[in-house]
Amino acid sequence: MSFTPARTAVHTAPAADPTASAPQPAIALRNVSKRFGAVQALDNVTIDVERGEFVCLIGASGCGKSTLLNLIAALDLPSRGTVTVSAERPTLLFQEAALFPWLSARGNVELPLKLRKMPKAQRRVESDRLLATVRLEGFENRRPHELSGGMRQRVALARALAQQPELLLMDEPFGALDAMTRDVLHDELERIWQATGLTVVFVTHNVREAVRLGDRVVLLSSRPGRVVDEQRVDVPRPRRIESHDVADRAAALTDRLREEVRRHGDR
Amino acid sequence: MATDEMSLARLESGLDALEHSEARPPTRAQRAWLATWPKLAAVGLVLLFWQVVVWSGWKPKYVLPGPAPVFSRLRKDLVNGDLLDATAVTLRRAFVDFAIALVIGTVLGVAVARSRVLRSAIGSMLSGLQTMPSIAWFPFAILLFQLSERAILFVVVLGAAPSIANGIVAGIDHTPPILLRAGRVLGARGFASLRHVVLPAALPSFVSGLKQGWAFAWRSLMAGELLVVIGHVQSLGTRLDFARQNADAEGLLSTMVVILAIGIVVDALVFGKLELIVRRRYGLVDAASGA
Repeated sequence: MSFTPARTAVHTAPAADPTASAPQPAIALRNVSKRFGAVQALDNVTIDVERGEFVCLIGASGCGKSTLLNLIAALDLPSRGTVTVSAERPTLLFQEAALFPWLSARGNVELPLKLRKMPKAQRRVESDRLLATVRLEGFENRRPHELSGGMRQRVALARALAQQPELLLMDEPFGALDAMTRDVLHDELERIWQATGLTVVFVTHNVREAVRLGDRVVLLSSRPGRVVDEQRVDVPRPRRIESHDVADRAAALTDRLREEVRRHGDR
Repeated sequence: MATDEMSLARLESGLDALEHSEARPPTRAQRAWLATWPKLAAVGLVLLFWQVVVWSGWKPKYVLPGPAPVFSRLRKDLVNGDLLDATAVTLRRAFVDFAIALVIGTVLGVAVARSRVLRSAIGSMLSGLQTMPSIAWFPFAILLFQLSERAILFVVVLGAAPSIANGIVAGIDHTPPILLRAGRVLGARGFASLRHVVLPAALPSFVSGLKQGWAFAWRSLMAGELLVVIGHVQSLGTRLDFARQNADAEGLLSTMVVILAIGIVVDALVFGKLELIVRRRYGLVDAASGA
């Protein structure tokens, strides 16, 4: 991956403090709030994500996880606070693979290259490399509907990697997959992350998945979304989702999450 | 670690392989036969019904001849070339006029789908235009353009272009929002988004619009050829009219057979086929049922 000098993009709400500048984390959220009409989606959220770090965000429904990703991806602006993203070319993966059905696996991976005006021959080499990265050699010419759910997500991952991102934002990307496929994709994602040095922000409501993958797990409360807990996962990699270490930490976090959800029932 | 890598790769390709146990598809000949025999049977039934009505003596033979004399007349007219010349004139009009309707309909459709002002101005008029029977336009067209090719063109375009435009508008409106978002994340904005995301997403609906547009164009053209008689130019429409004036029932019915056949062949073999190819490509047909 080529490292150009980091250009800093700051999405600032009018009332925010522009002097907040940290020593260059990949993402710096400072007192970020987001309001949609009467609904307070995020309230005073402050999170730093270091370069190369794998951070998982967990929370129950309505914790503003997707809102947070949209803010980081600059698809939306905060109502208050600052979002500073110094990682270049952030890209976003959704729960659905969102592949273009009229393009083959290769065509999908090549589209961002084409949009960057990369010459055809070079595109071909690059898409071969990327599809090999997600181990889809031999499926280049399949159309999305001819691929399984897990394979579609891998094509989506290859397409995202084609943007040469330094930051990968993932919005419950494996939520719709069966357990075994998800398991394999965890291994795959971990391998690619370790090989590329990407920064990853991974949103999920699956606590075990968060502990399996993250260097750090951030727990968000619901309505409004606030950071209520943050834990470093010190389990050595490669991890397994069935291991006791992962299970124990997941159990503790699940208790914490349930406590949060219960508070809503008490009202 | 290296063996872990290997076993992950094998596990993964194992999962992939399990997802793709492919059943043997039927051969080309089998598929062709499966698709053809119901159509042949239907044609046979219609001819039988026709023959039965003739046998019943409901109308005298010089008014309602049976299939046999009509088809022998059809062969005779094909051989002596009259019918071929008339068909060529009609097909040329169909092709040129439909091509013009295609261009106008496409441009109009994209413009209406992308511009809020245009949409509220003429969006509903496009559907409204389709309810206007094309034959009702002809007196006005003849007033504007006299008995000329342009009068026919005018009505054919008015018949077909709204269907084509509507197909595009519907297709663009129903672009899945997730694909628009994915496109934006990948860097497709403005014209790039239109070219790489919106228009390809609208293609299946566009093809359906073309198919409907063809049906309207063909109907309008026949109405036009009956009403707009240009000098001594023979077309399928004028043949119908002359046959009626001369009480030539065999000539009339043999021309009708040609008109029906062209309409069906173009609909099924050109637009039907195109629709199937696109839908299959987009994964909109079940692989097993899409014969």
